[in-house]
This record gives sequence, structure tokens and C-alpha cells, in this order.
Amino acid sequence: MTDLAIEARDLVKTFGTTRALDGFTLSVEHGQVAGFLGPNGAGKSTTIRVLLGMLRADSGTARVLGLDPWADAVAIHRRIAYVAGDTNLWPNLTGGEVIDLLTRIHGGARERARAARRAELIERFELDPTKKVRTYSKGNRQKVALVCALASDAELYLLDEPTAGLDPLMEAVFTDEVRRLRDAGRTVLLSSHILAEVEKLCDTVTIIRAGRAVESGTLAQLRHLTRSTVTAAVPAGPGRLAALPGVHDLVADDGRVRFDVDDAHVAEVLRALADAGVANVTITPPSLEELFLRHYGDDVVAAAAGRDDAADAGARGAGRRARRGAGR
Amino acid sequence: MTTTLREATVALSDGAHRPWARTAALLRLYLRLDRVRIAVWALAVYGTVAGSIATLLETYPTQESLQARAALLSNPSAVMMTGPAFGREHYTFGAMVANELSLWVLVAAAIMSVLLVVRHTRAEEEAGRLEVVRALPVGRFAPPTAAFATVAVANVVVGAAVTAGLLSGGADLAVADSAAFGVGTALTGLVFAAVAAVAAQLTEHGRAASGAALAVVGATFLTRGIGDVIDPLGSPLSWTSPFAWAQQTRLYVDLRWWPLVLSAVAAAALGALAVGLAQRRDLGAGLRAPRPGPAGAAPALLGPVGLAWRLLRGLFWGWAAGTTLFAVAFGAMANSLEDFAEELPDLGDLFQIDLTDLTNAFASVVLAFLVVGVACFVVAAVLRLRAEEGQGRVAAVVVTGTSRPRLLAGWLAVVAGGAVVMTVLVGLGAGVGVWSGSGDPAWVGRMAVAALAYLPAVALFGAVAVALAGLAPGAAPWAWLPVGWSAFVLFLGGLLDLPEWTREVSPFEHTPLVPQEALAAGPLVVMGLTAAALVAAGFVGFTRRDLER
Repeated sequence: MTDLAIEARDLVKTFGTTRALDGFTLSVEHGQVAGFLGPNGAGKSTTIRVLLGMLRADSGTARVLGLDPWADAVAIHRRIAYVAGDTNLWPNLTGGEVIDLLTRIHGGARERARAARRAELIERFELDPTKKVRTYSKGNRQKVALVCALASDAELYLLDEPTAGLDPLMEAVFTDEVRRLRDAGRTVLLSSHILAEVEKLCDTVTIIRAGRAVESGTLAQLRHLTRSTVTAAVPAGPGRLAALPGVHDLVADDGRVRFDVDDAHVAEVLRALADAGVANVTITPPSLEELFLRHYGDDVVAAAAGRDDAADAGARGAGRRARRGAGR
Repeated sequence: MTTTLREATVALSDGAHRPWARTAALLRLYLRLDRVRIAVWALAVYGTVAGSIATLLETYPTQESLQARAALLSNPSAVMMTGPAFGREHYTFGAMVANELSLWVLVAAAIMSVLLVVRHTRAEEEAGRLEVVRALPVGRFAPPTAAFATVAVANVVVGAAVTAGLLSGGADLAVADSAAFGVGTALTGLVFAAVAAVAAQLTEHGRAASGAALAVVGATFLTRGIGDVIDPLGSPLSWTSPFAWAQQTRLYVDLRWWPLVLSAVAAAALGALAVGLAQRRDLGAGLRAPRPGPAGAAPALLGPVGLAWRLLRGLFWGWAAGTTLFAVAFGAMANSLEDFAEELPDLGDLFQIDLTDLTNAFASVVLAFLVVGVACFVVAAVLRLRAEEGQGRVAAVVVTGTSRPRLLAGWLAVVAGGAVVMTVLVGLGAGVGVWSGSGDPAWVGRMAVAALAYLPAVALFGAVAVALAGLAPGAAPWAWLPVGWSAFVLFLGGLLDLPEWTREVSPFEHTPLVPQEALAAGPLVVMGLTAAALVAAGFVGFTRRDLER
């Protein structure tokens, strides 16, 4: 028995000529809220479907709650809850019927507790359970899917872009509910491309690109790999700052300087700023958005100037194909 | 900048003031979407017409053989399955072609029209695509007009294919009558297109709309048939059916065009009704306001069986009602048969019917016809699970802890139960029909039990669908092929003189014609075991393959 709730190593999944997953690796510890970031078609939903045993990986290994997702799918399903990326429910059933259908089949939770939880969630998400699914708006349909998952008493929650279509108030309710899950020691894998949401909720983040994990770790670790932005008022001018190791992209303008600094060199830079008679200083850690754009922005801009042009171009081509394929 | 703005304003105001703005552009779009579909329908119709003429030329080379074919039309089931019997005294090849082919060509045009209209109206609206289109500077009436125009184009193409098929078959058929056949086909298609347009206004779902319109196709098929059985030249009941209008042109016998005016008027009137109804409702809504439903699920809904029944019950009741009504109607025709036996002693040579017990023989044949409806239900119900999978709803249920085999087993249990009940209903219906004609109530029980002999054949059709859905999900729609072919063999195999081996493919050929024939268990057991093996293969495939969504 492993300590990890999810462990995937070198997953490969192809659809025809498309490589939707290309050696993807992911691990999520018990009790963690793990963010799973990537643009449309990077392979997020394919990964989750492999973890659910809907799709069989061509190669690589995966364990979910210590079990094999393909062979032990049913045993896993009894212990998890899932919100699908694009929710398609039975249009001729009411929201309440769908919720019962997708939670009571589960069978895990004790009946009275489940009913109370269901009522609480319907109330919190302001859902009318007597309406037919067909008459719901997109956001309301998403709420049905969320109530289904959150009302389940599961060990692991796989949420594939769960807040798509929700209004900000409902997003806040969702955030709150995920925090409650974390406090209760549940594990959550939250796939999203809403960076603020992931930044708010997640202990760790994995960034997927073209079917491959390009970055993964705690937010602190990821930030450590990058640069913070320093803004300071230095009436005497930047002096020797620009020449210091670890300082990049310095801009000086009318007694103010702004530059990026490698985290390893922050101490020296602060000393130099003090020597220069700094009046005030702000150090901003990189936002997730910056991390994210570092991995995707250069897809557009910097990759052409990349280290290994030919290989990189090949990878990008595969990525584009993968995105198209995984969108099916 | 200003020009663009002005253009946009002009385009928008065009949309506001001209309810038909951009109809042509939409028509181009719809034709682009349907070009393959329309071509396939037209080619299939052309192939059927031209191929049938070639076969008929070979089968009926002399006047005697034609007269023998004419004698066949004394049989009510032949009239039911073909058309009115004109010019029987001096039967001509053309008269036979019209009789043999017209009904099926017309039915094809009707079905095509219903499917196309619903596809471009209610189904489009239900999917939310119409909203996107209507948000553009497009007139209010443009989408339905373009949809109807698309169907009109399709019908003109199919009508032309009919005429071309008739003239290219090498039978030297009259041009005017062949043209009338084509025009009649197109107009009949348009009548049912208008029926579908009305149905699309009344229901909220594309599936329900096409179901309702196809039910009208079935009902008018029936009234034409029964009407013509009452009077082979057409009784008042016949004239209630659009099929009769096209057939009453007396093709290749004594051509008259005026019945087609009825078709044109009916199409126009129903089209106007559809437009009127469309004015009275909101986009996306039906004419009835939606009512709130239960806030929670009934316990019965919560298992795989309950869910499957909930999702299949509409399909079941539709087919059950339709086949049972057909059964009663067919059964009731049996009483008119005993007279024919005395009039036409040579009939038995042509048609494999035991004349000494004509009612019994007819009842047996009718039963086989009716079971085709049960087979259609079974295949449609199995394929519905594929549709559920495509929508991601199978995945939604599977992740709640229901294993794939359990889900499939629950679904198939409902399909199987429905098939058994429907088979018995069909038998009971036919029995009640025969009872009403013959006055012998024993028929009810006899027919209900006899119908059960068809269960292995029905199971086989369903099992093919299960195996395909499990092992080759992309090819699942091909499960319709065996049903279509078997129905074709059943309805026309004898008349078209198809080679033996092509008929042997049909499971109906291996089912004894009960109650007339004795029940032979051997073939039934073989079919049952084959079906079981196919279902098992389907289970293995469904459990092992990737879920599509």
C-alpha cells in the first residue's frame, strides 16, 4: 500500500495518430488538494479518464487509492467522486432525480447523513431540484454535477474544470466546499485553467503540456525555481544593481527601479539596495499566471529560439495534434 | 470604420424588417451539411428502382406471368404491402412496376423528409444551434424556410432519381407516367415534411418530433393499405392517406394528375399551420409549458434497471402501441380471406399459402411481418445505450460504482423484457384482430403463444447490436442492416425472386411459420445460442474497451 492517493508514471495514451498523453507522470498525496493546470486539449481530461478506468493507457502505470484503475475500476469508483469536464445529464430527468441517481447508486454514505448533505448543498448552491435538466442554464447544470460529487462521501474527488459556467458567488461557495473537504482530510485533484482558483485552493500544482508534465511541486517550490519581481524607490539611482548576479531586466526611471531577481540572490540584492539608500521596496513572488505563461507563452514566442529547434518543433507539432485529439 | 458600421447596421435592420433575410445563405449551409445524405438517399432510391425493374423484367417475361402476378393482387396482404390494383384485366409491365415499387419509394421519401425536417428544425433548436443562428442578422422565418427548402431540394432530387431509374431500367416505360411517378414521390415527401414541421412545433424534443411524424407515416400507411384491401381500386378510407394520392394517379394504366393536387394542397396547408404554430411559442419551448418534476428520485429509478427503463420507456410505448395497432388491423383482414380461396384456386401455386386453411396461413405470415417492429425496437433500444455513452452519461453512472457489466446487464434486461412483452402484445393484437373477423376467441391465445416463437430471431437482431456496440462501437449503426435486409426479404423476397442464399441470411427464414407450421425447436435453439454468444462477446468488448466519453 502506497502513501499516494494518485500515482501515475509515464502514461501514454494515443487516439489514432494523436498522442494525447505522452509519458505523463503525476503523484498526489493523501489529504492534498492538487491543482492540475493546462490549456484546453493538453490532456487533462484524458488523464482523469485514465485514472477513472474509462480509458486504458497504452503504456505506463497508474494507481488510484492503491488500486489499478483499469482492473479495479469498480472498487475505486465506490471510493471516489467525479465531476466531468463537460457535464451532460439526462435532459428529461429533474435535477433532484439526477442527484439521487448519481449519489445513491454510490451506496457508500449513510442514508440520513447523505440526505442532510444533499439538502444543504442544494440550499447553498441555490438549486431548484424540481426543474428538468433540459431547462437549466449551463451554470445550473454544472451545479447539479457539483452537488452530485460533493454530496458523495468519497476519499478522492476528481474535479475536471468544476467551476465552468458558475457565477462568482457560486465559485466562492465551491471554494469553501473544497476547503471543507481538505479540512476533512479528503484528497482532491482539481483540473482547471482558472489560475486564481488553483492558487487559492491547491497545495501542489502539476502543469501539463502536450500530454507531458512540465512542472510539478508545491506552489512554493515552483516559485523558488523562478524570479521574484522587485520594485524599489532608490533616489540615488540604480548604481551597481544591474551588474549584480541574478538581476535581470532592470528598468530605472525617475528614482524608481524595477527588476527581476533569482530567488537565490535576494539577500545580496537587498544588501545592495540598502547600500544604495533605498526608500521603500516591494518584492512580489511570481504569480501562478506568470509560472503558467512561462510554460505556455514560450510555446508561441520563445520556442523558436529554443535549444534544440528540430526536436522542439516536433514536440510542439505533437502537442497541437494532441490538443485536437483530446478535445474529442 | 464607418463603412463597416453602416454595413452592420444595414444587415441588422435587414434582419429586423425582412423576416426572410438570409434565407438563401442558410439554404446553402443546410445543403452543404446534407449533400452526402441527400445523394445517398437519391442513389439508393435510383438503385432500388432500376434494379427492381431489371429483376422484374427477368421474372415476368411473358403476358401469362404478368397475369399470374395480377392474380396475386387478390391477396389482401399483397395489396397491403404494395398498392392499389389497377388494370388487372390486361396487366402490363408498367402497371406491375407501379404496384410493386410505388409504396416503398413513397415510404422512403416520407421517412427521408421527416428525418431531414426534424434535423434542421427541432433538433437544431434543442441543441442550441438555432439560437446561435438566430442571433445573427437572420430573419425570423429564414431558418424554417431554409429547412423546408432543403427538404424540397432533397425531394426533387429523389423524385428525379425515381424517374431516371424508371426510364433507365430498359423496360421502355412511358415518359409521362414515369415523370408523374417522380413528381408524386417528391410531393408525398413534401406532405410528410410538412407533417414533421408541425410535429416539431408541438414537441420539445427532436426525437419525439420525428417519432410523432413517423407515427403519422405508419398510420397513413395502414389506412391506405386497409382502404385498398376493402376496395383494390381505392376506397374512401384509402383517400385519407397521402400515399394513396400518389398511387391513385393510375401510373402506366390510365394516367391522371389531379390526385397530386391533393398532395400539394396538403403540404401547403400543413406548412402554413407549422408557421402559425411557430409564431405562438418561444424559441426552445414547446406549445406546452414545462411543469416542475419530483425533487428527488423514486427508489425504482436508482438501479441500472430502473434507469434503463426510465430512458427506454418512451421508445417502448411508442413501438408497442404502433405494432399492436398494426397487429389488430392486420389480424382483422383475415376474415375477408376465405372468399378468395374459392375464387382463385390457382393462388396456392404462386404464394406459399395453404388454401385449405387460409386464415391460419395468413395469420402466420402477418405475425412474421409484425415481429419486424419488435426487432426494430430491440435494435433501437440497444443503440440508445451507445448514444448515452456518446453523451458521457454512461461514464457518469459507471463512476458512481456501477460496474460496466452490471450497467449493460440492466439495460439489456429492460430491452429483453420489453421485447418479450411487445411480442406477446403483437400476438394478442393479431389474435384479437383475427377473432373479430372469424368469431373464434381461441385465436387470441393461439397467436400470443405463437408469437413467442419469434423471440430467438428478435434476440439475434439485438445480439448483433450488442456485439457491435461492445466490440466495434463505431460500426454499431450497422446493426440495422440485418433488420432491414430481413424485412426486405420478408416483404418482397418472394415477389422479387431473390436467390436462396440471400434469403437464408434472414433469421425469419429459419423461424417456423407458426401457428400454421409445427414448431421446430432445432433452428430456434441454434439462433438462441448464437444470440447468447454474440451478447457474451458484446459484454467482453464493452468491459474491455475505452468508454468513448
